[in-house]
Amino acid sequence: MTRRRAFTVAVQGIGGLAGAAIVLPAVGFAVAPIFHRGKERWEAVGPVSDFVEDTYRQVVFTETESIGDAGKTTAYVRRSSKQLGEKPGEFVAVSNRCAHLGCPVRFVEAAGNFICPCHGGVYDFQGKRIGGPPVRPLDHFQTRVRDGQVELGPRYSVTSQLEPVRARDPGEFTGGIWEYLYPPRPSTFPPPSS
Amino acid sequence: MKLDSLIPAPLRKPAKPGTGNGAKGPAPADLKTSPPERPSDAQRLGDRAKEAPVDVLAWVDQRTAASGFLTGMLYRKVPKGTNWFYTLGSATLIAFVSQAITGVFLAMFYTPSTTQAYASIAHINNDVFLGQLVHGMHKWGSSVMVILIFLHMGRTFFFGAYKYPRELNWVIGVVLLILTMTMAFTGYLLPFDQRSFWASVVGININGTGPVLGPYLSDFLRAGPELGATTLSRFYAIHMLLIPGAIIALIGAHLYLVVKLGTTAPPWLKAEKPKVAAPVAQLDAGVEGNGAAPGNGASPA
Repeated sequence: MTRRRAFTVAVQGIGGLAGAAIVLPAVGFAVAPIFHRGKERWEAVGPVSDFVEDTYRQVVFTETESIGDAGKTTAYVRRSSKQLGEKPGEFVAVSNRCAHLGCPVRFVEAAGNFICPCHGGVYDFQGKRIGGPPVRPLDHFQTRVRDGQVELGPRYSVTSQLEPVRARDPGEFTGGIWEYLYPPRPSTFPPPSS
Repeated sequence: MKLDSLIPAPLRKPAKPGTGNGAKGPAPADLKTSPPERPSDAQRLGDRAKEAPVDVLAWVDQRTAASGFLTGMLYRKVPKGTNWFYTLGSATLIAFVSQAITGVFLAMFYTPSTTQAYASIAHINNDVFLGQLVHGMHKWGSSVMVILIFLHMGRTFFFGAYKYPRELNWVIGVVLLILTMTMAFTGYLLPFDQRSFWASVVGININGTGPVLGPYLSDFLRAGPELGATTLSRFYAIHMLLIPGAIIALIGAHLYLVVKLGTTAPPWLKAEKPKVAAPVAQLDAGVEGNGAAPGNGASPA
């Protein structure tokens, strides 16, 4: 190696280090939210006597803090139903976020279905897809009872068999090989153990 | 005063051969019998004042040598058959400049905060002098720019102007198209009303449906698992800092290649027949040309 070549390589190396010292922290700063999980949040939505087995009650609670009304979300809550083979004595909270592209679905009492206004997604009473473009059932929220109040917690997604998995964004399949093609994100909470 | 005298000599359009006024000009008058009148002080001052703009331009030109570059760019040869379709690229550029100017002034009144964004847009529209006009120019101008960029792309495609040696310029153009669409996407959230909120929710979720990396891309765009306060500032930074810089740089590269390679003739014009019988000297003169790339159909002057 000649003297000239050694100096060329050294100067380029130092330049590269200086560039990396600027670029890497900036990139890390920008992508950090991908790996950050916020604090677990539970919010009371009403006394247990408010909820029944055979229909939903609509509740609004805060999912994202400090952005005003935009951080609120809607859930449909009921008691678990023995007829549907669910564990008794629990509460079921279904998210109104459509599993197609995230529009707000509405529970239509007369039909007993959830219907999405955007592209015609339809879900049955338990939130399983029965029509339209959605790729999986509606998301759920974790539930618990504290001091006679039903509380809603972190969001989780379900497979077509309603087995809980970590929360996925709308449009992403769940279950089977899809668990690898749409990997769980570090920013979501682990699903409840069923 | 003729406009020509305002332009420094090197920048003037070169005269056609044979029309010059040099040696064949009018014969000089007999200076002995009728000497020229001496100009008054005021006249001389006026003459100097008239020369001032030329002097300034010449001063700059002497120090930058910009005139050679500018004459080469502004008086470059274009092929026969150049028509109005060739203005679509410039039209897109003008649309971008309009977006940049109105955007800077909108930023003076806009607040990228989830609780104040909507109110600041309402303030621009309702209270600020001409605010509704400037906001409207920016809002509708974005649609105009997207439409023009697609028309420009269609012109390039159907005229075959993407072929050798202009493939790289097509690639740069496609990157510019993607950046423009990203501008439209990130700008849509900024008013933070119901429509822009839900449109962004849907758009981010479409990004998320890409396999493997999609979910992480969604988290990156939202700066978290849910659309929140940082999403808005993130979109604002991407919209007004990150992408405009990239667009300006790539437009520079795009224009450089257009000037360097020349434009194509429309496909309905037949290629010119080579002059096989021309003498050698003439052939050499034709080849020198203006450094145009092969096959651009530029007609020899």
